[in-house]
This record gives sequence, structure tokens and C-alpha cells, in this order.
Amino acid sequence: MADAANQIPDRIPIDLVVNGVRRTLDLVPWTTLLDALRDHLELTGTKKGCDHGQCGACTVLVDGRRVNSCLTLAVMKDGAEITTIEGLASDGALHPLQQAFIDHDAFQCGYCTPGQICSAAGLLAEGHAKNADEIRELMSGNLCRCGGYPNIVAAIQQAMGRP
Amino acid sequence: MINFQYSRATDVADAILLLAAHPGAKLIAGGTNLIDLMKENVEQPSRLIDISRLPLRKIEETADGGLRIGALVPNSDLAYHPLVEQRYPLLASAILAGASAQLRNMASVGGNLMQRTRCAYFYDTATPCNKQTPGSGCSAIDGRNRNHAILGTSASCIATNPSDMSVALAALGALVHIAGPSGERAMALTDFHRLPGDTPHIDTDLGTGEIITAIELPPRGFAHNYSYLKIRDRLSYAFALVSVAAALELEGDTISEARVALGGVAHKPWRSLEAETALRGQAATTDRFSRAADLLLRGATASSHNRFKIELARRAIVRTLTQAASATPQSQAHKKIA
Repeated sequence: MADAANQIPDRIPIDLVVNGVRRTLDLVPWTTLLDALRDHLELTGTKKGCDHGQCGACTVLVDGRRVNSCLTLAVMKDGAEITTIEGLASDGALHPLQQAFIDHDAFQCGYCTPGQICSAAGLLAEGHAKNADEIRELMSGNLCRCGGYPNIVAAIQQAMGRP
Repeated sequence: MINFQYSRATDVADAILLLAAHPGAKLIAGGTNLIDLMKENVEQPSRLIDISRLPLRKIEETADGGLRIGALVPNSDLAYHPLVEQRYPLLASAILAGASAQLRNMASVGGNLMQRTRCAYFYDTATPCNKQTPGSGCSAIDGRNRNHAILGTSASCIATNPSDMSVALAALGALVHIAGPSGERAMALTDFHRLPGDTPHIDTDLGTGEIITAIELPPRGFAHNYSYLKIRDRLSYAFALVSVAAALELEGDTISEARVALGGVAHKPWRSLEAETALRGQAATTDRFSRAADLLLRGATASSHNRFKIELARRAIVRTLTQAASATPQSQAHKKIA
């Protein structure tokens, strides 16, 4: 059977558990997870920066691991658990990383911040960073055009409980 | 990104059948490179065959003491696997030198081998590129070619292979396991990627309709005397200008076995058996390392903007061999070059 590249395929039904809530969507296959979150679930905390996996603004956790949602097709994550910046606080209390970013003024314009915090949450879960050098290296997938890096590293150190 | 159809393969045999049934289809696993290229309209598959749920995620010891790594193991899982950290730290180091934590969580081992060059002209559908449209010409040869190849180039293409992982795999003598319509086969990683020649649009010797199922590492891991040094324009999250994977076995001060592979300088990870032979049986000295660098870089040719790479590579080879010989491998977190 020949594929017709310009033939519109059927929408594909998928289930995602987003921030603890099951969501059902019918999506065309080229919908990225980023666009599904922002345009279909109205979760606009996750930001679109470069849309090419180079800036990290779109970072979310998929089954607990940090990924670039702009390079992820939503249909490929059918059944996955997604955590976005909107899902980090619990019972009205900020996530320790959110509080640490406030404590350390770890942002200026704030556009990269949701991605920075989700990426830092992934970094804490991975457990490979033990000091500032390792935090810097393992956060290098998140750019901050305001240059807030020293304060971002300090905030993560606070949340990590390590100097 | 163009519209495309989507299929989810249930097992390797199903993936092979789907590939055969849909000639314009491509396999997708992590998607980090393919989706990026699709957004630029460089890749325009009529269908994506999702192989991300296939059971190719194991890391297992082989009977001979090597390691078999499923093609869908994420790059990060491979780099932090205890057996890889202990026995193949060169591979762990090279993987952690590449991309970002997010991308390493997504990218599969098989996909890493299949990633395409980051030549800016290949990424731009408005400029001629023999990889994109065979016969259209190479814009890099007379264009901006600071990042381009100095070894194994052709009149058709001076692009480089961007992988760090493959450089370590080349040094370690890895095998690529492949399944296809006519059964299974294996080939050396060093034979998997091709030089551009006059067919630069063909990156690898993976056949039409075939799928990578695993990477196999031989038992020899060079866990004591190794280093991966990556030189790039910023300290992290950038492609290599030059990278070097060095692995030695020493008896006293004498080199009994040597492997050196280069990244960022050619269309494939670059090894020279002659350079490695010249190191064996010799004392681990700067003079010997310089001689090996000369042999590795024999025939290197520069384009208009990348002449510096030849001397950069020469020095990086000597430095990396020195790090390996003194068992002080380059740290990928602490950026000072020892």
C-alpha cells in the first residue's frame, strides 16, 4: 500500500496522566507533547522557546524523567505520566525548588524558569549531581538568556541540601 | 513538518514488516534528531513506525564477558549503568560529553548511531546539499566550514558525524547487531558508518528495511587507562570541534594495546590501525603519542575555515593519550583539562 504523504490521517486517541489527572485526547500524529500540553490541555506553564531541543524551556517530566517536550510526539507517550510546572506544588505548598528559586532570585524574565525547575526536579531525582560543577554540567540543557545561572545553581544547591 | 501516518510496532518482526510495507516510512525511537529534522522539512517520512515499545531495553553480559546493549536503551541509562561505569568508563564518559541530560534521557543507543550531521547546509532546505539532494552540490566546501571534516572528505561532502558515543564505541571495537527481511547480521561499528565518497546521502551500511537491535561490546574495556576529551566552542552542550577517545593497556611503562578514535573530524569515527600499531610495544611518552597523532592525521586536508582543526586534533590526541597513560581521565563535569 502506498503512503500518501499529504493524506490527513485519522486522529489518534491517547490517554495521558497529567499532573495526576487522567486526560484523554484525540490528536494528529505530528502533535508534539509541548503543543498537546499548551494548545489542547491549556497548560501554558510549559514554554516554547526554540522548539528544537536546544534551549530546555519546554522541559517536563515523563514517567519521572526530564525530557524536551518539543521533540516528543504526544502519540508516542500514550499511557505516560506527565508532570509539568503546574503539577509540582502540592496542597498549596510550593515545591522546594520553586521556593528555592524565589529565595535566590533565580530568574529575571522568567521565561526559562518552568523548564529550569522541571529540569532541576529531574536532576534531583537522578541523583548524579553532587556539587556546583556537576549541577552546572547536568543543567546545561537549560539556557537562561538573562544569565541567571549563578542564582539558579544556588537555588538547586539549596533544594538539594548540599553546599 | 509535513503530515505523516503513524504506526506502532509490536515487535522487531512487526517493525520489519511495516518497513517493507511502507517504503517512505522511517523508524522512530527517541526522536530527538528525526523530529528536529522533520520540523526543518529535511526529513519528510510519509509514516513513522514507533519502535519505542519494542523489548530492546536490556543490558546483558555476554558469554565471553562482554556486554550486549539493547538498541532502545536510553543514552543516559547506558552511561550510568554500573557495568558500563566499572568496565567501560570510556563509553560512559563519551556519552556524558554529548547533548544534554534531557536529550540523553530520550535518545536511544540505536538512534545515536543513526543521527545525521549537523552541517548547517544539510539543515537548510534552501541551500544545495548532496546529502539532501544528491547531485545538487555542496554548499559547505566554499561556504562556512569551520566545523567541518578534515579527514576522509570528498568533492561531494565535508560533513562530520556528530556522535560522541560512536567515537568511544569505535575505540572499544563494538559490534552492531542488525535484523532485517533476510535475517540477522552483525558488523563492526567502524564499518557501520560510511565515508561520503560520491554518495554522501548514505550515512551508514544499514540496509533498506533493516533495524538495529543491539550493540555488543567485547570484554576488553580499558577501564584503567582511558580518556575522552572533547574540544568545543562552549563548555557543555555543543558538538565537538575535535574529540578523542583514547584507551591503553600498559605493562609498566610499555604500551601493550592502544586504541584511539577521533570525533568531529570526519564522516565517521576515525581510527588508524597504523597509529595504534605504532604505539604497541613502545614506551608511553609524548614523542610516541606525537608520532601516533601524525599517523592518525596523515592526509588531513583543511577547508577555508577549519585549518586550525588539524593542529587542534594533533594536540588533543597527545593530551588525551597522556591522560589515559597517567590514569587521569578527562572529567566531563570539571572542565579543566588536566
